[in-house]
Amino acid sequence: MKRFDYVRANDVGEAVAALAASPAARIIAGGTNLVDLMKYDVETPERVIDINRLPLNTIEATESGGLKIGALVSNADLAYDSRIAERYPLLSSALLAGASPQLRNLATTGGNLLQRTRCYYFYDTGTPCNKREPGSGCPAIEGVNRIHAILGTSDQCIATHPSDMCVAMAALDAKVHVIGPGGERTIAFEDFHRLPGDMPEKDTNLQPGDLITAVELPAEDFTAHHSYLKLRDRQSYAFALVSVAAALKIEDGRITQARLALGGVAHKPWRDTEAEAMLKNSTPGVASFSAAAAKVLETARGYGENSFKIDLARRAIVRTLKQAADGTPQSQTDKRIR
Amino acid sequence: MADTATLIGRPSIGQPTRRVDGPLKVSGGARYAGEYFADDLLHGYVVSGSIAKGRILSIDTSAAMAIPGVVEVFTHENRPRTAWFDSKYQDQVAPPGSPFRPLYGDGILYSGQPIALVVAESFEAARDAAALVKATYAPEEHITDLDAVKGQSYVPPKKRSGIAPPPEPRGDAEAAFAKAPVKVHETYRVAVEHHNPMEPFATTVVRDAGGKLTIYDKTQGSQNAQAYVTGVFGLNQSDVTVVNAFVGGAFGIGLRPQHQLFLAVMAAQALERSVRVVLTRDQMFTLSYRPETIQTLSLGSAPGGKLDAIMHHAVAGTSHFEDYQEVVVNWAGLLYGCDNVKLSYELAKIDTYTPSDMRAPGATLGVFALESAMDELAYAAGVDPLQLRLTNYADFDQNEDKKFTSKALISCYEQGAERFGWSKRSAEPRSMRDGHELVGWGMATGVWEAKINKTAARASLTETGHLEVSSATSDIGTGTYTVMALTGADAFGLPIEHVTARLGDSSLPTAPVEGGSWAAASTSSAVVDACDKLKQALFKQAQSMPDSPFGNVDFDGVAFRDGRMMLAADEGSSVKLGEIVRSARQHRMEAEGSAAPDSATQKEYVSYTHSAIFVEVKVDEELGVVRVTRIVNAVAAGKILNPKAARSQILGGVVMAMGAALEEETFADHNLGRFMNHNFAEYHVPVNADVQDIDVIFVEEPDDKTSPIGAKGIGEIGIVGTTAAIANAVYHATGKRIRDLPITIDKILA
Amino acid sequence: MSSQDAQSLSPAAVPIRLTINGTERRLQVEPWTTLLDLLREQEGLTGSKKGCDHGQCGACTVLIDGKRANSCLVLAVVKDGAEITTIEGLGQPGNLHPMQEAFIEHDAFQCGYCTPGQICSAVALVQEGRAHTREEIREYMSGNICRCGAYTNIVDAIEDVLGQSSTLREAAE
Repeated sequence: MKRFDYVRANDVGEAVAALAASPAARIIAGGTNLVDLMKYDVETPERVIDINRLPLNTIEATESGGLKIGALVSNADLAYDSRIAERYPLLSSALLAGASPQLRNLATTGGNLLQRTRCYYFYDTGTPCNKREPGSGCPAIEGVNRIHAILGTSDQCIATHPSDMCVAMAALDAKVHVIGPGGERTIAFEDFHRLPGDMPEKDTNLQPGDLITAVELPAEDFTAHHSYLKLRDRQSYAFALVSVAAALKIEDGRITQARLALGGVAHKPWRDTEAEAMLKNSTPGVASFSAAAAKVLETARGYGENSFKIDLARRAIVRTLKQAADGTPQSQTDKRIR
Repeated sequence: MADTATLIGRPSIGQPTRRVDGPLKVSGGARYAGEYFADDLLHGYVVSGSIAKGRILSIDTSAAMAIPGVVEVFTHENRPRTAWFDSKYQDQVAPPGSPFRPLYGDGILYSGQPIALVVAESFEAARDAAALVKATYAPEEHITDLDAVKGQSYVPPKKRSGIAPPPEPRGDAEAAFAKAPVKVHETYRVAVEHHNPMEPFATTVVRDAGGKLTIYDKTQGSQNAQAYVTGVFGLNQSDVTVVNAFVGGAFGIGLRPQHQLFLAVMAAQALERSVRVVLTRDQMFTLSYRPETIQTLSLGSAPGGKLDAIMHHAVAGTSHFEDYQEVVVNWAGLLYGCDNVKLSYELAKIDTYTPSDMRAPGATLGVFALESAMDELAYAAGVDPLQLRLTNYADFDQNEDKKFTSKALISCYEQGAERFGWSKRSAEPRSMRDGHELVGWGMATGVWEAKINKTAARASLTETGHLEVSSATSDIGTGTYTVMALTGADAFGLPIEHVTARLGDSSLPTAPVEGGSWAAASTSSAVVDACDKLKQALFKQAQSMPDSPFGNVDFDGVAFRDGRMMLAADEGSSVKLGEIVRSARQHRMEAEGSAAPDSATQKEYVSYTHSAIFVEVKVDEELGVVRVTRIVNAVAAGKILNPKAARSQILGGVVMAMGAALEEETFADHNLGRFMNHNFAEYHVPVNADVQDIDVIFVEEPDDKTSPIGAKGIGEIGIVGTTAAIANAVYHATGKRIRDLPITIDKILA
Repeated sequence: MSSQDAQSLSPAAVPIRLTINGTERRLQVEPWTTLLDLLREQEGLTGSKKGCDHGQCGACTVLIDGKRANSCLVLAVVKDGAEITTIEGLGQPGNLHPMQEAFIEHDAFQCGYCTPGQICSAVALVQEGRAHTREEIREYMSGNICRCGAYTNIVDAIEDVLGQSSTLREAAE
């Protein structure tokens, strides 16, 4: 671990000022990913700014009828919050599909947004990696890539975003509240994370000096028809090979609203609005679900070991949409897939 | 009080007994190798290399040395002198070859090889400085892909001690296979697996003012580690004590000394300080592993499934510097009766560290292939898989033409099948279903060798009547402490609370490394012998006591119970054991005993544990997700000394088999020559949610030949065959025969 | 102890206050020291184990302000003012916590290395009150890896304690 200066911020203003003074600093909240990466010498900040004293740990109703989740709300508190569990069960489910109870107690909402990839090479400083060391190369493309991306990849990077929470937030059309040197602003979830392109070192569109303060969920919820299905190499405590968040509104046997996002397949939570548009006004069933899945995977590309994800994602989309349509969301404790 | 009296009198062996080390383990009081302190303690952190083969051109340690608290950075350039001859580095269980020597020179033999040790006043200083050690390399071409070298496989020219090479062929297997009406001929593979005990490798060397070393090492054999240290560093045995009182799992990886032991002792000697070196989880993947092995199995049978030909060929990877060997193919000539058998085992060299024994080494691989092929043969012959095993049941060992000391495998089949409900199985694959899930039932046989190894033990009784039994064996979670205490309690008729077991210390009576499932049978037999000798010494002393009630009887005329020696014919005539000790004007009386294999028995008999495993899986038909919902493992292992801990051993083997069957795989990037998923997040071992019902049955199996105490050992048998039973259940569920483990979603959907 | 000597040399050390197993401790910690290393190396509380040092195994699980957490991923300095309970604080031989007793009775461990983390996690699981079935216990204990494979016995032990506590609750009603 590289030695660093430790700064404890007592309010948002202090944190923003500290960040402005050293834009290369890292924010520490739960620390579950940052400390992990610092011990591997993947993250080597000169300065670490502790924001745990900031008043960003509440969940509040918004004027437009949604909820605003403070950046420091832990994954556990968020998953079990009664308003979230009742109105946004998709988000609760995704949170509970991720990590472990003890990690969820530490990990925060803001930190989860900034989780970095699980790519083996990114984590191993004994190997090249364009994300960790731009220009050094991407051995994953012709190497061990079972867990890597099939959508939105570049010839520089095929890493995936590992979050479950973010997949549900993408499907729920959340917004990210940020405060930076230029003041406060919101970023649509779709625009928050990036594809690797030729700058794989950049995971998000945050600007230097930005601090995430909250994530806002819009009023529109999907309580009747939703499901989060996570497929992985063991039954718990593992990152997704493929995960699917599906949310539907169904009236008189027709889909009137559809949301579909995938995890484990791309450098960002992969929401496909075109597939959603195809689902809208269709009759729920294997035919429409399969068509939507085909749409999502139209541009998918495998790299050898991960090529199975294309078929797996297709199957998972169909199944998750069926779970959502049937009102039988996937349980995160009963491992039988509904 | 009547209850207490009957409790005290009852035999302890065979009763389910709580672990005597339990209270320490559940309260954080059990100390493992990296948890000892000294006032002058320094912390070492290993720097691992990043190329697979070549030379180190330069190592820059200046930035590391600049971190406050760093005392020294050792590399091949400033390593203190150590022994020259290979033999000094060869431990008790080393395979033939030249053992790896840490920091020996600029040569790189495998990726992750230790290239430096940073030593500092604090753990953090050592850790943080280690990242600043920069090496440059001259890489050479490497090969880590077994498939690339399997064509150059060879029969190991020098056999590894204790590992039986394949037996000579019998009959004419090729001809018999060619004309067999029913045939199976397939290739099976198991991915590279790493042991991954929960405790990372660690050594704390505590150096006293006179330079004597007490070495707390994570090892399965304190005396093996001690011999290695004295050999390599030219130290006297009396100046080196190795302690491994608690070992946080090992599964074979602790049989051989690992490089942190060398590095910690080296630093302690050079700096004349106490030193601790702990490996990281990632560095645990730079140690040994279960070798990748490619196996070809050919079975030929008569129409009803009676075997007429077995051919089993295996090619396993090993390092360039040692020929690691294990018993992979011999099981195919042992487990079933067959007159035409040809078995062969070869190695091929790759640029990795030397593989090593991992739980049921060889058998886990070989029996997976054999029992998968038997399942395939059952379908090819149209007979029930269990019936096929019974049809081919072996009453004697055809490999060695010897009798079994005991073999209750039929009971395993019967009781396992009954408990599982095997008779309700429908034969056709894909014929059972539960909603979205296909249901599959599979079974397999397991087998592992049973033996004892030469082991000594001491029994010692204090003037207060407390018994201590001790041996330099290890308890790696296996329950050795408890079995030793039980044995002592049984011998003296004492409640177990009045018995202390000591182990895990090289200064105790000689014992071999703890492995191969021999520890419980060997150690407890040695404890029985030591207790017998101590009882005789006590009897002699008691006879000489004034007014001794034992003057007119011989040793057979006395009994030991409740802390007293008494006349068997008149229990009222008794003396407290402590009084006998005091009468000798001593604080304690002690005796040593031993156990060793009986060569006369070995000429005529072989001994094995057996099992029958029945597995239910549910496989989501669309998504390929496999859940193991039920396992029955029926085991025949002679006398079960402590059913509570023995059951746990089987559970553990079964869970590890679930990992091997469905999850575990260390991925190598052959371009870089490096294992890539070197952590617990990406190398998947089973978690709690993976494991549902596991039912363990121990069938009756009287055995008076394997060990004096009647036990056979149960550390390995739980894993053997279980992987095949899972794979066979997956086939029954899905109709997909997957011959390369682990069975992951992609293979089910392919 | 040596690490404290090193610390006193370090200008980066930060004063913090922790309540560890009921005792208030005023400590100087370097910001790069994790709570786990602080407990093990400076406080000598080696019951909390280091199995992976990256939040991937759960052996380091302790209770921070009553909630289970992986102490290996927590910089000690960040938890200034917190209450920490480790396995040593739950109970000692002669006065074991019911969960510790249940682990012994059900042989819910073998090598013992993951055990303190399992027990801290299990105690938290009971307090959280969300696990009512074996299935739920399994899922909510999946953050604690046991390579010896004692899982079914761990579930038995927890089920036993859950049963006791619900019996107690019923008795109180």
